[in-house]
Amino acid sequence: MTISVLLLVLFALSAVAYRLGRSRSVAVVGGTRGVRNLHSLPSYYGMLTALWCALPALIVILLWTLFQGSVVTRSVMNSLPPQFGQMSAQDLGLFMNDVRNLVDGNIAPDGVRPEVAAAAVHYRQLRTGSRMALSALALIVAGVGLFMVRSRISQDLRARNQVEAIVRGLLVLCSILAIFTTIGIVVSVLYESFLFFRQVPALGFLFGTHWSPQMAIRADQVGASGAFGAVPLFVGTLMISGIAMVVAVPIGLFSAIYLAEYADRRFRAVTKPFLEVLAGIPTVVYGFFAALTVGPHLRSLGEWLGLEVASESALSAGFVMGIMIIPFVSSLADDMLSAVPQALRDGSYGLGATKSETIRKVVLPAALPGIVGGVLLAVSRAIGETMIVVMAAGLTANLTANPLEAVTTVTVQIVTLLVGDNEFDSPKTLAAFALGLVLFLVTLVLNVVALRVVRRYREQYE
Amino acid sequence: MSIEIKASDSSGTMTASEVVAANSATVHKTAGRVTVDDPIMCARDVQVFYGDKHAIKNVSLDIARNEVVAMIGPSGCGKSTFLRCLNRMNDTIENCRVEGNITLEGQDIYDKKQDVVQLRARVGIVFQKPNPFPKSIYENVAYGPRIHGLAADRVELDELVQTSLQRAGLWEEVKDRLMQPGTGLSGGQQQRLCIARTIAVNPEVILMDEPCSALDPIASAKIEDLIDELRGNYAIVIVTHNMQQAARVSQRTAYFHLGDLIEVGPTDRIFTNPSQRLTEDYITGRFG
Amino acid sequence: MNKGSGTPVSTRTARQTTALVAATIKRRRRAEARFRWYGRCAVFVGIFFVFMLFFSIVSKGYTAFQQTYVGLDVTYDPALIDPQGNHSAESLAQGDYQAVVKSALRKVFPDIEARADLKQLNALLSDDAGYELQRRVAADSNLIGTSERVWVLGRDNTDMAMKGHIARDETEAGRPLSNRQLDWIDALKSKQLIALRFNSAFFTHGDSREPEQAGIWGAVAGSFFTLIITLLLSFPIGVSAAIYLEEFAKRNRWTDLIEVNINNLAAVPSIVFGLLGLAVFINILGLPRSAPLVGGLVLTLMTLPTIIIASRAAIKAVPPSIREAALGIGASPVQVVMHHVFPLAMPGMLTGTIIGMARALGETAPLLMIGMVAFIVDVPKGFSDPATALPVQVYLWADSPERAFVERTSGAIMVLLAFLLVMNGAAVVLRQRFERRW
Repeated sequence: MTISVLLLVLFALSAVAYRLGRSRSVAVVGGTRGVRNLHSLPSYYGMLTALWCALPALIVILLWTLFQGSVVTRSVMNSLPPQFGQMSAQDLGLFMNDVRNLVDGNIAPDGVRPEVAAAAVHYRQLRTGSRMALSALALIVAGVGLFMVRSRISQDLRARNQVEAIVRGLLVLCSILAIFTTIGIVVSVLYESFLFFRQVPALGFLFGTHWSPQMAIRADQVGASGAFGAVPLFVGTLMISGIAMVVAVPIGLFSAIYLAEYADRRFRAVTKPFLEVLAGIPTVVYGFFAALTVGPHLRSLGEWLGLEVASESALSAGFVMGIMIIPFVSSLADDMLSAVPQALRDGSYGLGATKSETIRKVVLPAALPGIVGGVLLAVSRAIGETMIVVMAAGLTANLTANPLEAVTTVTVQIVTLLVGDNEFDSPKTLAAFALGLVLFLVTLVLNVVALRVVRRYREQYE
Repeated sequence: MSIEIKASDSSGTMTASEVVAANSATVHKTAGRVTVDDPIMCARDVQVFYGDKHAIKNVSLDIARNEVVAMIGPSGCGKSTFLRCLNRMNDTIENCRVEGNITLEGQDIYDKKQDVVQLRARVGIVFQKPNPFPKSIYENVAYGPRIHGLAADRVELDELVQTSLQRAGLWEEVKDRLMQPGTGLSGGQQQRLCIARTIAVNPEVILMDEPCSALDPIASAKIEDLIDELRGNYAIVIVTHNMQQAARVSQRTAYFHLGDLIEVGPTDRIFTNPSQRLTEDYITGRFG
Repeated sequence: MNKGSGTPVSTRTARQTTALVAATIKRRRRAEARFRWYGRCAVFVGIFFVFMLFFSIVSKGYTAFQQTYVGLDVTYDPALIDPQGNHSAESLAQGDYQAVVKSALRKVFPDIEARADLKQLNALLSDDAGYELQRRVAADSNLIGTSERVWVLGRDNTDMAMKGHIARDETEAGRPLSNRQLDWIDALKSKQLIALRFNSAFFTHGDSREPEQAGIWGAVAGSFFTLIITLLLSFPIGVSAAIYLEEFAKRNRWTDLIEVNINNLAAVPSIVFGLLGLAVFINILGLPRSAPLVGGLVLTLMTLPTIIIASRAAIKAVPPSIREAALGIGASPVQVVMHHVFPLAMPGMLTGTIIGMARALGETAPLLMIGMVAFIVDVPKGFSDPATALPVQVYLWADSPERAFVERTSGAIMVLLAFLLVMNGAAVVLRQRFERRW
């Protein structure tokens, strides 16, 4: 049976286990009158039985399905006719891909080599057998769990404590998963980057100025120069992020000042949601807007002024990215400004300062660490932004300081290197991971610094 | 015109709330002389509303030059509210409405043509909790002169800062560390720094809203001495909870009760022989 | 050098100071007014951007909800559509429905003879016209031999002409439709055989190479499956982690580290999660590429920090007095949490989850990494069918040069924004009605 059906059966079985456990606990003390002699409520005994029925079986199912794929593939490979033993690992891998695709119904059965068809039949047989075995095993485990616990139900069994211990264990497990994500990111990206740096020297990657990731398909192919100097990407990223900050910081900061210090409640209530809307729009929409509206308009504006503006200029991508970041800067600055205590403002007003003088000379300097932290977070967001630049910025590396030209960024290159059919081990794919590593580290540093600055700033006023 | 208290209080067994309740229902006319010769500030028929709440009811009071006026009364009676009217700090509160007439040197401070910025340079304020700016000691004192353009160059500014700190009695303690942050001083020193900063703008009147309530007794004593010295140059209006402080520091005392000004007069007479029953009850500690 | 009357600064009288202050007051007031203006301008510029964005999208997209249909008087000639002559499904499947369409079209324009001209004439209709007839006959074989008027899809260029995007004043070579074709369209208009109708194909079809047949249903289904997985995984795990971290974990260096870790994860660029998904889920675990299952897993990892942070805040907001009261009655710590804290924190947790889901709905970059970017025609029916998601569909269509795809991209964006509006609105309503202020 399929996994989903198996899970449903297991669920039903657990419900039965619950009833059985519960009724057993009541029976053990001689009926409902004796319930007060039980250590815990009967429902806890039922729960305990159900948990011991379901959880071991679930673990079995999980482990089995995780390893089923590779085990079946391995045994099919081992039973192939002898000529396959001489195939390279790569070709064998492609062969097995074909077999799996045939089994899943992704490719049409006719026009396929007979060896593939035969292997596919074998694969399907093994898989069905495996599934049946899994179902049987899971149900047996569930049944064993059920009966073992049920037989242990007695008056003194501390069912509630055991159930709560299991619940706490589950909670801990979920928390660990959150950490595993970080570990997973670090390990996987590091590992693939390590493989990359075995083929391309790290210094050349970090400081090289020529980015042209073509790899030779054959050893003697002409034009096989694979240059992986990432400096043009870094410069492009910084330039577009810089333009975005130039747009976002003044507008975001000044609107935060106005809304926090000058505007009355009604004005704030009406306009703040508008600015928040900008934060909720998916970045792919911004990318479309940049590519189809802003880019061409900037280009015609450039023509009118006599300047040469590319249609995928850094200026158009940076400008739209700036628009996206405005609410980020604005709401962070708003929080920071509100954290400044009113007593400081009163002290300044009491001396006869105007509102703008108070803001410029007392409130802003007091809020400055927090605002700087907020700006750093915004920069980190700009650097990691993908869709806007994929759709509106260029694809070829261009080391320039002119915002009117087309440049490419780190995130664009990650996308272009990976979207497409590349083998997993080729330097092109691995280069994407190396870029991802750089991106992750840079944003991590920015975030840690920013969050620490903001936290220290907050503590000052609390 | 005093208010008749019911006969039942002659046994002295009325509770505090009974006393308050018995006296709160009527409009009071201020006892004692409200006016002075040659006042620097005059308040006439001032009313303050917070929304619908009538916080200050028909208060009239004069402030004389070079004198300390203490405003006393139980919590919530409107002393701070009235004080903040004198330099229009109530403008910063949203639904606060001020009616009546307050003049400084004969000019109506609530006049549309009066710039509140200029007013606050002439009527300074020191708050209850010391609130130095998170800047250096020097910058704290220099801030006011800077924004008002009172010093032409650095030399004049230095002189102004030094004079202000001297007048506030802080110079000897901080002259070697002017560039250190003002928030690093002790509570009493911070409050003197705030006084120095107010003096630096050369006001005519200094308002003080319970300046010692957040300080320890020794620091309070220093501030009280300071107030006495400052009297030579400025008119001072001080709100205080501490009756002994009022008695030590002021020449005239005004007693507020639930938004009314009950009685005003020379300090020693108020504290030894008040003419109003309410005043006497408060001073002898029957409530508040 | 002293200001004013030549007296040293320290002995200046109050009156002299007042005069100095009065001298500069005007300049300071002007600076104040300027500063206010900057603030107001900034707010209005921000709002202007919002309107500009929406106007740009809506003006391009609102026409996507209408599509050109052409009315044809069709004769279901058995010779053409039933080659075996027995009305069997097999026979009908082999019929030449295009010929039926072409003959019906010729009937409207009988005086067109030349082959090249006929080709141009047939190019006004979509390929789907023949399939539409096939569908009708397959549904009701009694139609064979009869005639009826059928409204079939016009081709994308015809549609663009009907919506006014193809003008005669451009040079003919630069246009997708020739002058004659435009004339024929006008002729159809005068005979009332061509009209703009509600574009149901947009909502019911999957992706297609032909713009007039392309629809978002496949992408919507893909997004739906993906988000279901994300919700089913991220909500329980996120809430459980938040409960553990807030209520049970001891405050030590490890929990601090975890908190820093989660805060950082919330700010990691989404593309890095895509890399993780590619390396671990697809490469190591061998899960099927382009499937909502993998997309859901990747988006779960991305949404978890958001949900954990929001849930922790909701749990923190529950006052300790309630916990103490429950403990005082003799509830165990787990019972305190499950019976009291969790239900009270639920609105905040749900709000955070909805907002996290809304973010996940709009995410594109991680899905690109794990392969949900292929051209997929069939509508996915399960979690492991290859699929794409709505924002990815927008991305794919944005690359296509045909004008009709620009319109469709904008229309798809409008649908996406509508979904997001509903979700965010639900979160706001939830927050207003159920969240307590302690």
